[in-house]
Amino acid sequence: MITLTHYLVLSGILFSIGLAGVIRRKNLLLLFFSTEIMLNAVNIGFAAVAKFYGDLTGQMVAFFIIAVAASEVAVGLGLLVLWYKRNGTIDLESMQEMKG
Amino acid sequence: MQNYLYIALFAPLAGSLFAAIFGARPKNVITGIVTSLLLFVSWLASMKLLGYVDEHHIVHVKMMDWIAAGNFNVDFGFVADQVSVIMMVTVTTVSTLVHIYSIGYMDHDRGFNRYFSYLSAFVFSMMILVMSDNFLGLFIGWEGVGLCSWLLIGFWYYKKDVSTKENPAISPAYAANEAFVMNRIADLGMLIGIFMIYWNLGSLDYDTVFANIGALDGSTITLIGIFLFIGAMGKSAQFPLHTWLANAMEGPTPVSALIHAATMVTAGVYLVVRSYEIYSLIPDVGYFIACLGAFVAIFAASMALVNLEMKRIIAYSTLSQLGYMFVAAGLGAYWIALFHLMTHAFFKSVLFLGAGNVMHAMDEEKYINKMGGLSKVMPWTMGIMTIASLALAGIWPFAGFFSKDKILETAFSQNHYFLWFMLWIGAGMTAYYSFRLIMMVFFGEEHYKKEGKHPHEAYPYVIAAMIPLAVLATVAGFFEHSFVEFVTQLLPEFEPHVSSGAFVFLLLVTLGIAISGITLAVVKFRNGNFDHFFKKLGVYDVLFNQYYIPDFYQKAIVEPYGKLSEFAWKKIDMKIVDATVDFIAAVIYKSGDKARAMQTGNLSTNLKWMAFGFVILLAAALLYRPGM
Amino acid sequence: MEAIAFYLFSAITIGMFAIVVFSKNALYAMSALAGGMIAISGFFFMLDADFLGAVQIIVYTGAVMALYAFGMMFFDTTKDVKENIKETKIVNALWISAVVILVVIVSVPFLSDQVLLDASTSDYKVIGANNPQAVGIFLFTKYLVQFELAAVMLLVAMIAGIILVSKKMDISLTTMDEQIEKEEFDIKEAK
Repeated sequence: MITLTHYLVLSGILFSIGLAGVIRRKNLLLLFFSTEIMLNAVNIGFAAVAKFYGDLTGQMVAFFIIAVAASEVAVGLGLLVLWYKRNGTIDLESMQEMKG
Repeated sequence: MQNYLYIALFAPLAGSLFAAIFGARPKNVITGIVTSLLLFVSWLASMKLLGYVDEHHIVHVKMMDWIAAGNFNVDFGFVADQVSVIMMVTVTTVSTLVHIYSIGYMDHDRGFNRYFSYLSAFVFSMMILVMSDNFLGLFIGWEGVGLCSWLLIGFWYYKKDVSTKENPAISPAYAANEAFVMNRIADLGMLIGIFMIYWNLGSLDYDTVFANIGALDGSTITLIGIFLFIGAMGKSAQFPLHTWLANAMEGPTPVSALIHAATMVTAGVYLVVRSYEIYSLIPDVGYFIACLGAFVAIFAASMALVNLEMKRIIAYSTLSQLGYMFVAAGLGAYWIALFHLMTHAFFKSVLFLGAGNVMHAMDEEKYINKMGGLSKVMPWTMGIMTIASLALAGIWPFAGFFSKDKILETAFSQNHYFLWFMLWIGAGMTAYYSFRLIMMVFFGEEHYKKEGKHPHEAYPYVIAAMIPLAVLATVAGFFEHSFVEFVTQLLPEFEPHVSSGAFVFLLLVTLGIAISGITLAVVKFRNGNFDHFFKKLGVYDVLFNQYYIPDFYQKAIVEPYGKLSEFAWKKIDMKIVDATVDFIAAVIYKSGDKARAMQTGNLSTNLKWMAFGFVILLAAALLYRPGM
Repeated sequence: MEAIAFYLFSAITIGMFAIVVFSKNALYAMSALAGGMIAISGFFFMLDADFLGAVQIIVYTGAVMALYAFGMMFFDTTKDVKENIKETKIVNALWISAVVILVVIVSVPFLSDQVLLDASTSDYKVIGANNPQAVGIFLFTKYLVQFELAAVMLLVAMIAGIILVSKKMDISLTTMDEQIEKEEFDIKEAK
């Protein structure tokens, strides 16, 4: 029997994998990938809660998350391309101006 | 009537505040005129109160509550009874005339406005002191006069320190600090006395305290009396806290006239007279006070015999006369002490004012061996100073005769023959040095011509300000009878009882020694300096250096204390206290410095910190659940 | 049945996303991301969220991954991504501890009882409708404002995307040819 707990555990694991990517990745594009992973993990959680509580609100929220993620990717990639054209690299280490 | 009391009390304050507005500006004579006018108003109010107060009417007001903490209740209360109204009249009379005099004396001083502000503030504090109806108000006034005295002694604070060989007072700033610190030491004693009064009686109002003081046991009352007298010792410069008075002459001369002759130094006498209920219960302490007073009388007079600075001679004579007052107060003759206080205020202040005239004319010269023959140029000043010196020496019909004579009678009548003898010798010395001063300044060879100075008489209005005081110095003695009747409505009656034969004998003997002192001085100094006689005697150096007491204080007290202070500063304050504070600051600074490493511009680092915070929150959610 | 599907899909998803995060090749990462998205839509279908599953495939796998694929064309993807990660221990500790705590919160019974509410708190039960119809009803009644706002946001994103990467936006498109001709004429005149 798959209960809500299973889905939530899965969602948590996927979220942490995304977190690992966010922390580890130095390439900005790959950082975006990891962000996508996190968003998807959360979607699973919302959909699972919607199913097990009989409330369709969770699916609605997941839907809107998908919409927002799509627009975010569009704008983010546009900016990323501009930056690459201007600086020739999208490595995070090169984007540091503060001395710490 | 209450309004008169408030006017008398607050008019000087109004003057002081008015002058303070002009404090930093160049001289504006309006400050002097306004303050003098306000003091005249205060004098008028005091005279009105003098006319009003009698056996059945005294003015007692409670201005407002001050402290109400548990069982401790003290008010701002003021009383105009017989003793305080006499003091009020004395203070306001001398103050008004000194203010008018100062307008002329401080003519060219750039701190003119500041001076009048301080002077009026002093009068205000003195009025609080004499008009207060409880010990704490008295203490407030006490401290106030101490403060204003410090401000005024150190008026020319910018003068540099010099060695004690050049000037025993080192500098005005040093003398001011010396005066203030010595007063402070004595104030500790007075505070302990006040604490003891409160501890044992639960109140500080005069009425309550004096009504219940008899209920305490003898040793407590003795201690209270001793401690209060220690406070009086500081203010009235009794031995051993006397060195500050001579050095206080660094201030302007009107200040010396007002503060160190007529008012502040008499505050100690006022305290003893006011607390007569306490002192009449402890005659042993009173006898000690009287002995100390007599000792100071001779001690100070001896130092005045050879001193060469004009104001210091007069300062020592003040010290000596204070000794006389304390003899009277110590022996229970309180009204006599008050009477001598009043007459002394008149002739001593005018003596100082005359000295101020001379110094002003001689371009601030203070050594009398550089003067001489000034009677030709300054006849009025000479006349007034001679009158004052006659009063000081105790010659009939001048005021000093009556009051000083009464004191000697008191000592004799209580069979304290040694005390009487000391006072008698002191009278002779007083007469001698007063006229030594007169002769060396106004007669004899004109040394000042060698220095190329051109002295002139003071302005007419300055002389006019001095004349009322000279008149009072002459005639005040004749008011003795009405004075006694008035004051003994409050103070205990006291008549020295001597047989009529002894009375005449005493009178003649006292007059005799005074006249012989005068004659000696006049004869010997008519043509020149007589001090070489003393020099041959060998005691000259001892007397000239004030028995080396200031040097002793410097070596035994001041220097070790200075070293202790320096040690406390370098080792304790800087190494321990400062280090602790700096350490706390350094900890914060360093932790901030290290935390700064968090703020790199690196996105990856920021994300790491974000994830870290996320994990922390998760852990917190795990550990701090609702209902836990 | 359901359990097998669940575990299969979760294994795929976790594997794919692990490749995204730990791989050195950008192309592999992108492909794995696309695979993971498809697997997630499988979950949606298992959870009776038909509409959401379809949307996931169309929007995410189709549109978003296509965007990423186009974006990849700009960057040099033949090289391996060089990353020097400082303090690997701390990094790994962070995400592993996140996993552990999350799983613990949700699964440990006495904790999860306080975290998870009782079932059926909804006040909206659409009767006799399949999921797309239900979603449609919800979307245009209860969540209408959010829907409209999301539409506006998408419009804005689209315009932003266009502006960010296009050139010569200050010249009207219709007169662009004439403008180019005029410029070339001016250059000739200057010579």
